[in-house]
Amino acid sequence: MRPPAQFNAGVDFRATRLTRRKQRSEQAARAVLMLMTGLMVAPLLLIVGYLVYQAWPILSLDFLLTNPKHGMRSGGIWSPLLGTVYLVLISLGVAAPMGVLAAVFLNEYARDNWLTRIVNLAVLNLAGVPSIVHALFGLGAFVLFAGIGRSILAASLTLAIMTLPVIIAATKQALAAVPMAFREACWNVGATRWQTVWHIVLPNSVSGILTGVILEVSRAAGETAPIMFTGAVFFKAVKEGSLAGYGLFDQCMALSMHLFTISTQVPDVPKALPYGTAVVLLGTVLALNAVSIALRVRLRARRKW
Amino acid sequence: MGRGTVTSLPKRRWWRHAGEAAIEALIRLCGISAVVFVFGIFFFVFREGAGFFFHGFKFREFFGSIEWYPTSESHVRYGALALIAGTASVTLLAMSIAVPFGIGAALFISEFCAARWKETLKVVVELLAAIPSVVWGFIGLTVMNPLIMKMFGTPIGLNVLNGGVIVALMSLPVIVSISEDALKAVPDSYREAALALGVTRWQLSYRVLLPAARNGLLAAALLGVGRAAGETMAVLMATGHAVKIPTSLMDSVRTLTATIAAELGEAPMHSQHYQVLFIIGILLFSITFVINLTADLVVRGIRSQ
Repeated sequence: MRPPAQFNAGVDFRATRLTRRKQRSEQAARAVLMLMTGLMVAPLLLIVGYLVYQAWPILSLDFLLTNPKHGMRSGGIWSPLLGTVYLVLISLGVAAPMGVLAAVFLNEYARDNWLTRIVNLAVLNLAGVPSIVHALFGLGAFVLFAGIGRSILAASLTLAIMTLPVIIAATKQALAAVPMAFREACWNVGATRWQTVWHIVLPNSVSGILTGVILEVSRAAGETAPIMFTGAVFFKAVKEGSLAGYGLFDQCMALSMHLFTISTQVPDVPKALPYGTAVVLLGTVLALNAVSIALRVRLRARRKW
Repeated sequence: MGRGTVTSLPKRRWWRHAGEAAIEALIRLCGISAVVFVFGIFFFVFREGAGFFFHGFKFREFFGSIEWYPTSESHVRYGALALIAGTASVTLLAMSIAVPFGIGAALFISEFCAARWKETLKVVVELLAAIPSVVWGFIGLTVMNPLIMKMFGTPIGLNVLNGGVIVALMSLPVIVSISEDALKAVPDSYREAALALGVTRWQLSYRVLLPAARNGLLAAALLGVGRAAGETMAVLMATGHAVKIPTSLMDSVRTLTATIAAELGEAPMHSQHYQVLFIIGILLFSITFVINLTADLVVRGIRSQ
């Protein structure tokens, strides 16, 4: 080895063979991991792009506002779209209050004992139940036992129980983000626990709760199995373009179910039709999620504590 | 309200106390709702299938025979082994793809990637998680099907490979986000100690982080398995309809979930066939329950360290 050109206390800073070997394996690992991540990201972009490309000829406002005709072989998706809207709104109306109050319990009222642990475990398990088992539950409990029959009500209740964990998790996070000091200030002026929650904690977590609600809506809109046997049907005639199409105890069509039937049960469907349905469903769900994410990011930036 | 003095509290209307107690009771009720629903799901699904379970359920035939002929008029057989093999094969293939890619991507996102890409990648993972199951099934039918037929020359592209890849893409987000949490939970002192010894980032990941986050990564894999085993619509549309034990990746199979979804519509109400499907539902519920319980215990193992 040549002596160094400059005086530096006798230390040689050139890379040794060991260092070079470490750097090479580091770069190799980095490339492999980047490839793995890329292979995960690519499908999302490719899927959305391909679906939009195939559905392009049929996407229009008319597509959204006309009913399916000729045994689903032409026409639009108005009745499934309306059905999905009904299902989502009713399930939200049931799941949101229950979920928010359950999260309030877990965060504000529950002590650190075995009951709380069981409740947390139950929420996790509820989130992991297969969707077809939710369908079986809805069939057994709402359609048969409660006697509601196959209807929008039964399907919405099934969806509500399925999406409950989403709201509970998001609300719990939102409530936990409110600093303890806020609550302590309330207790210092003599407020009861519920007064604290209602006047201070909940108003400060509204945006977090909203993200949970949006996530719930997107999940409820996309699910097929739970509604397949509890209220969604192959076809139901509904007046085009009007918002009052279904009654609470009617059966309904739904966007997710419609996609399933026209891609597997109906022969000779023109190519663009199922793609169009898929694009509308996927687009709605992704848009809702994007709004939820954007809301969350804006919250974190705006928070003053 | 009476005016408070130093030695007595201001008078509070009795109905305010009652109102507070009522609200608290409601909150506690909602809090245990998740537990009630988990038990309810088990109860109502079992109730519908109890007829078969107590009369006519042959353990050896159910778990050991591949002859699934529920609609045969002369010789009814309920051998679910082929269905269990179907679920197992699709889940195994999906996990062998999703676990390495998921952990690799999580490593990349948390250790190797530049800070400005981190948020974008996490958003992409969340959007990937939001894609509805029926849209994935649709992609399996319309994209993967011709692709597999062209690449491997098989007569039909709906098989274990198709279903496995689709389910792998569906479980990736779960594995990535939980692995990322596990890697983030490794104490900073570990990283600092390793960096002080002069390791590269890959050496840090491979020799320090992965072993330290072992429990969390295991939990991530378990939850991925639970998600894959419980998947319904995507496998219904993408794996074909052959009730047999697969001998190669190109074989069509039927999973437990797809069987319920496909046959429940046609089984006469309360018939033995109908009840068997509910018992399969109980089987699925038990599998995912055990998986979620194990994952929770494993995670608790980390927290107690």
